Amino acid sequence: MNMIEGHMTFEPSADIPVWDVDPYAEDVLIDPAPYYAELRARGPLVYIPKWSVLASGRYEETRDIFSDHSRFVSSRGVGLNDFKYGEPWRPPSIILEVDPPDHTKTRKVMARALSPKAIAGLKEEFRRTAEMIIEQLIERESFEAIADLAEAFPVAVFPKAVGMVDSDRRRLVDYGAMVFNALGPDNKFRRDAMAMAPDIVPWITGACTRDRLTKGGLGALIYAAADDGEVTEAEAAMLVRSFLSAGVDTTVTGIGSALWCLASNPGEYEKLKADASLARPCFEEVLRFTSPVHTFARTANQDTEVAGLRVAEGTKILCALASANLDPQKWGDPEIFRVDRKPVGHMAFGAGIHGCVGQNLARLELEAVLTVLAETVERVEFAGEAVWRPNNAIHALDRMPLRFIAR
Amino acid sequence: MTKIIFISSDGNETAVEAADGDNVMRAALANDVDGIVAECGGSMMCATCHCYVDEAWTDAVGARADGEEDMLESAACEVRPTSRLSCQIRIRPELDGLIIHLPESQT
Repeated sequence: MNMIEGHMTFEPSADIPVWDVDPYAEDVLIDPAPYYAELRARGPLVYIPKWSVLASGRYEETRDIFSDHSRFVSSRGVGLNDFKYGEPWRPPSIILEVDPPDHTKTRKVMARALSPKAIAGLKEEFRRTAEMIIEQLIERESFEAIADLAEAFPVAVFPKAVGMVDSDRRRLVDYGAMVFNALGPDNKFRRDAMAMAPDIVPWITGACTRDRLTKGGLGALIYAAADDGEVTEAEAAMLVRSFLSAGVDTTVTGIGSALWCLASNPGEYEKLKADASLARPCFEEVLRFTSPVHTFARTANQDTEVAGLRVAEGTKILCALASANLDPQKWGDPEIFRVDRKPVGHMAFGAGIHGCVGQNLARLELEAVLTVLAETVERVEFAGEAVWRPNNAIHALDRMPLRFIAR
Repeated sequence: MTKIIFISSDGNETAVEAADGDNVMRAALANDVDGIVAECGGSMMCATCHCYVDEAWTDAVGARADGEEDMLESAACEVRPTSRLSCQIRIRPELDGLIIHLPESQT
């Protein structure tokens, strides 16, 4: 048995096209659209010899694979490593990297804490914070939108919502980036991320314990489930860790990408200004258009088929969510950003039982930012070049100088 | 294909043909039935595909999914014993003719 990146190598079925490409090369991660277009054109599944994986980039198949948790499991890891054959770098997540029935139990606890009703009380605070931050940015000639808004907002509201006593902006943002880089191969992005682990991981673990969380927060709700015997104390700590893995860097990326979309499409920003109730649909379109999480993998847990093509047990399939979100077969004119498209069924939050459990919180955060923006900012303009940051699973801006002209 | 009949809160009836294995939420969206929003796309993370199963059909449809009850608490309209999240009702041949009542609003 030959291994590569912690999973078994395999020979693909003869009818699956072979494509000698590296989806994790720096130029692809920075500007992935041409890779996605060719991935979709070559077929429903493509074999990539460099990492011995299949890749799926068309909407229908990607959605089918992602929705079928019994054939395509998460418990063997959602990156390149197959947990069946080796220990992952951290104890596996008990919600992301797990299958039913264990998943059902933890998912229920998290979903309850993050339901629309459970988080509705945060709306006013999110809005006030957005007002405060944006008001200050309008005063400035120009600003660095990733640090000063995209990071500043979630770091101001999210740790507080979770009830964290300890908050450390750099470590919170970097932990997310690290977890997502770890899903790729052992390239420089993963190695650089892993080099931060000795500093960040102990801090994260410490910040997730019961005594470091205030009573009224989301974290306390998870520990309440431990008190009720639904999960163990150790599981509660692991679930609070999931808030921090998946709840910061992702929304930072979402806000940065939303600003980029609006600065690049002034006509669409005019529509949002004319009707601030488009804030939520606008965010859905930002998600479809930019896909903050661009790729997650699944592992075939049995010999099976996708689109009539044979897939052997143990095969890693890279699901290019960002590519599915740009598939013309599904969206007609995917290259156009339209704030009122209402792209129901986009794959940016995944699909099925593993669909993002924090999506309501992400929507509430972006609704606050985009509503305040529409109400107070006349124009969103670039004040310099936007630069993308390569990451093995996240497509994010590294920096973006912007200018807000007051209304 | 299995026939599903949607009845809006003001009494408008729409009959659609849906594929077995799909779910009622997706059948509504695919056929432009008003009254289903489905913000989360079917991950049981919102309650914007809330519906009422016609009383004649509740036994055939079966019980709520694990965790569905919690999420129904977020529904915009009254939750009744017949309330379901339509993304959790899988379409199968025994449901041919299923009648689904839609609430007045989802948000």
